[in-house]
Amino acid sequence: MSVSFARRDFLKASAAAGGGLALEFSFPVLANAARGTPATEVNAWVVIHPDDRVVVRIARSEMGQGTYTALAQLVAEELDCDWAKVTAEFASPNEHVRRKRIWGSMSTGGSQGVRGSHDYVRKAGAAAREMLVSAAAAQWKVPPAECSADKGVITHGPSKRRLRYGQVAAQAAKLDPPRDVALRDPKDWKIAGKPLHRLDIPDKVLGKPVFGTDVMLPGMLHASIAQCPVFGGKVKAVDSAEAERMRGVKKIVRAADFVAVVADSWWRANEALKKAKVEWDAGAHGAASDETILAMLREGLADPKAASAKRSGDAAGALATAAKVVEAEYSSPYLNHATMEPQVCTAWVKPDGFVEVWTSTQNGEASMAAAAETAGVPLEKVEVHKMMLGGGFGRRGAPQDFVKQGVAIAMAMPGKPVKMMWSREEDMQHGYYRPASLVRMRGGLDARGGVVAFEAKIACPSILSYLMPGSVRNGIDFTAVRTLHDMPYEIANQQVDYAMRNGHVPVGFWRAPGQQNGVYRECFLDELAHAAGKDPLQFRLDMLKAGDKNRLVLEAAAKAAGWGTPLAPGVGRGLAVVNGFGSYAAGVAEVSVDPSGALKVLRYVVAIDSGHVVNPDSCAAQAESNAVYGLGALFEANTVKDGRVQESNFHDFPLPMIGEMPRVELVLVPTGGFWGGHGEPGILPFQAAVLNAVFAATGKRVRTLPIRPGDLKRA
Amino acid sequence: MLKLTVNGRGHAVDVEPEMPLLWVLRDHLGLPGAKYGCGISQCGSCTVLADGEAVRSCILTAGQAVGRKIVTIEGLGKPGLHRLQKAWIEHEVPQCGYCQTGMIMAAAALLAKKPRPTDADIDDAMTNLCRCGTYARVRKAIHAAAAPVATVTPVNKA
Repeated sequence: MSVSFARRDFLKASAAAGGGLALEFSFPVLANAARGTPATEVNAWVVIHPDDRVVVRIARSEMGQGTYTALAQLVAEELDCDWAKVTAEFASPNEHVRRKRIWGSMSTGGSQGVRGSHDYVRKAGAAAREMLVSAAAAQWKVPPAECSADKGVITHGPSKRRLRYGQVAAQAAKLDPPRDVALRDPKDWKIAGKPLHRLDIPDKVLGKPVFGTDVMLPGMLHASIAQCPVFGGKVKAVDSAEAERMRGVKKIVRAADFVAVVADSWWRANEALKKAKVEWDAGAHGAASDETILAMLREGLADPKAASAKRSGDAAGALATAAKVVEAEYSSPYLNHATMEPQVCTAWVKPDGFVEVWTSTQNGEASMAAAAETAGVPLEKVEVHKMMLGGGFGRRGAPQDFVKQGVAIAMAMPGKPVKMMWSREEDMQHGYYRPASLVRMRGGLDARGGVVAFEAKIACPSILSYLMPGSVRNGIDFTAVRTLHDMPYEIANQQVDYAMRNGHVPVGFWRAPGQQNGVYRECFLDELAHAAGKDPLQFRLDMLKAGDKNRLVLEAAAKAAGWGTPLAPGVGRGLAVVNGFGSYAAGVAEVSVDPSGALKVLRYVVAIDSGHVVNPDSCAAQAESNAVYGLGALFEANTVKDGRVQESNFHDFPLPMIGEMPRVELVLVPTGGFWGGHGEPGILPFQAAVLNAVFAATGKRVRTLPIRPGDLKRA
Repeated sequence: MLKLTVNGRGHAVDVEPEMPLLWVLRDHLGLPGAKYGCGISQCGSCTVLADGEAVRSCILTAGQAVGRKIVTIEGLGKPGLHRLQKAWIEHEVPQCGYCQTGMIMAAAALLAKKPRPTDADIDDAMTNLCRCGTYARVRKAIHAAAAPVATVTPVNKA
């Protein structure tokens, strides 16, 4: 097995520390190496021990979505090994770069974990199997075609001789990999496609130190950080005399835009930070507020030069002559990801300049690049240990602000590992928020209630212009226009325009970026159905082509939910269908609203066609997760005053609690032939289905999120 | 020096009495099973047992913990797994898992008081926050751990 320099170095450090903390500390990435048994890397993905244990290397990150297990299932499926002997470990980003990015993409977002790597990981499993079979055949001096493999055992058909993978792995690794391999038809899967137990769960249930915040290293120090409350502001002056005298404090680190305290425990660092008197230069945005942001978006709606995202037919002309025109404006606020684990990065600048980083990241390679850039060293001089993420939802991918800060702080403490963790307050007020947005739509109906025209004007900040400016094309950020400019509905005349209005609040990829457009579109469709006097299901089906998978999932969800069947008094039912992230999703929600206006989501049936399904139980968990994340987003908001986010913790950014969780029923309708995601599609129809159900129950249209207390109160 | 009893072992720790127990556990005793989520007793990720009661260790000070028997996830169910941990694994409860040790500790306190909790009991006792939305499985696993062992349904294995 190829063990990188950085890994060996770390092992030495742990061993030197002896007993206590270091022995307690078993990184998943080091699990097999630490046992000290010789293992063989058959190829980059497959490591086999003499006792037949198989370690599958995983390049994507695990934040609860199940990719770690699903990818291992795909490799194991083609490898034909014994699943009971499979474990996984994260691939080393340093090794990844030195081996010419052998593991493909390390980026974990956009529900890409499986759909973006299924092909090469399955080929890796299949190639390893062929090499193992060839090695056994060579040992027996028989043609490989006479041999077969099953559950980690190779059998020579004619002689019935058997060899285990662990017995031939070392020889197999010396063979040339096959040029091309055949992959198994998913209908023949034995390991993939099954609801297997996730590999990462036992350690998490035992409380093992698997998260970024759990990192413990010999001699490690702790840091807490304060950033300018106004986005874009700078540190003007720091009076740290009192903080420096406090117990355990090692250093006050001042950077251009943050102040950090390094101490011997995180609490001591954070207490001292509270005593540091920081004077901030708010910069240009100290007066920004919800009102100025809304005004900015509203001005965007009127912008005659807004970028054109869709033109088909003549929407303006058709609206002018339509029998009926419906117009509505929808909006939603900035939203923090609010991962349960705050942003965290442990960094250690070694005497030889090597930089070692442990962090909860959605992209190990991006973390590595951020660390290298901050430390001013080449990529090869950085290792990133990918830890389990205490939630990601898009926060820990592109920005990497926490890695830059962690490395900068560690550079001020050379030779000492420093774990920097944000307080919840920092995390709430320094996110890369879901963009606030304002969308105005107009729909034209003909005399028979058919939709003849659709027009949408979108005003919102652009995520891509913040994080990947090169991806903005002709003023269009695809995450800002999705679901509105690519509707599956057959409507002859459509026009969608986008006014990019960026403001000063940083924005980022928040679970299913652009998901608000699905909320707006599907709520507006409901308004059109109501104006046309039609059933919302039939109204949509009438506009969906035969064979469209949106139609398939809509019918599946409606059937499973009992669309059209009687409901208890006071209960309303609503539906929505939105495709995205490679999959098709339709949801039916049932809600009740009491006279005080309290909304309770009782049931959410969601049908998803992701083509193939690798772990149905993980898919069900993601459907549940998306429902709760979507539920929170109906009530949560990050508001801005004096240039800063006002919410600071969970008391003013409430998350749904156990009693609020609806019954979630996932209907999997995999039609095969493509690979769609599951981390995000479940949220796409959720909020619209709920809000349409609210209308069915109360006659009230919710067009402005969040829902505030009293909004749904019976008049 | 403060004398603390954690997971059945005595520890003398040189910390300020006002340091929250969470940080004594995590940064001074090397027990990171209790997590920091909010620091203001809102989320429950830091839940541990103090004399059998579920407490939020982010606001219980080290001084207040003196003389109380503290149990963390690392000491729950030793030897072996606590029945809640078994149910958590069988029902695939965690997603990211960050809040789950706190959830399990809160559930352990609940079962100690109410061996067969109702859904309403669970709603009242389980005030921990989970951003991944594992609540339905938390509920299912608590019922499974509370019920006779035979009703625990394993997830299919290949």
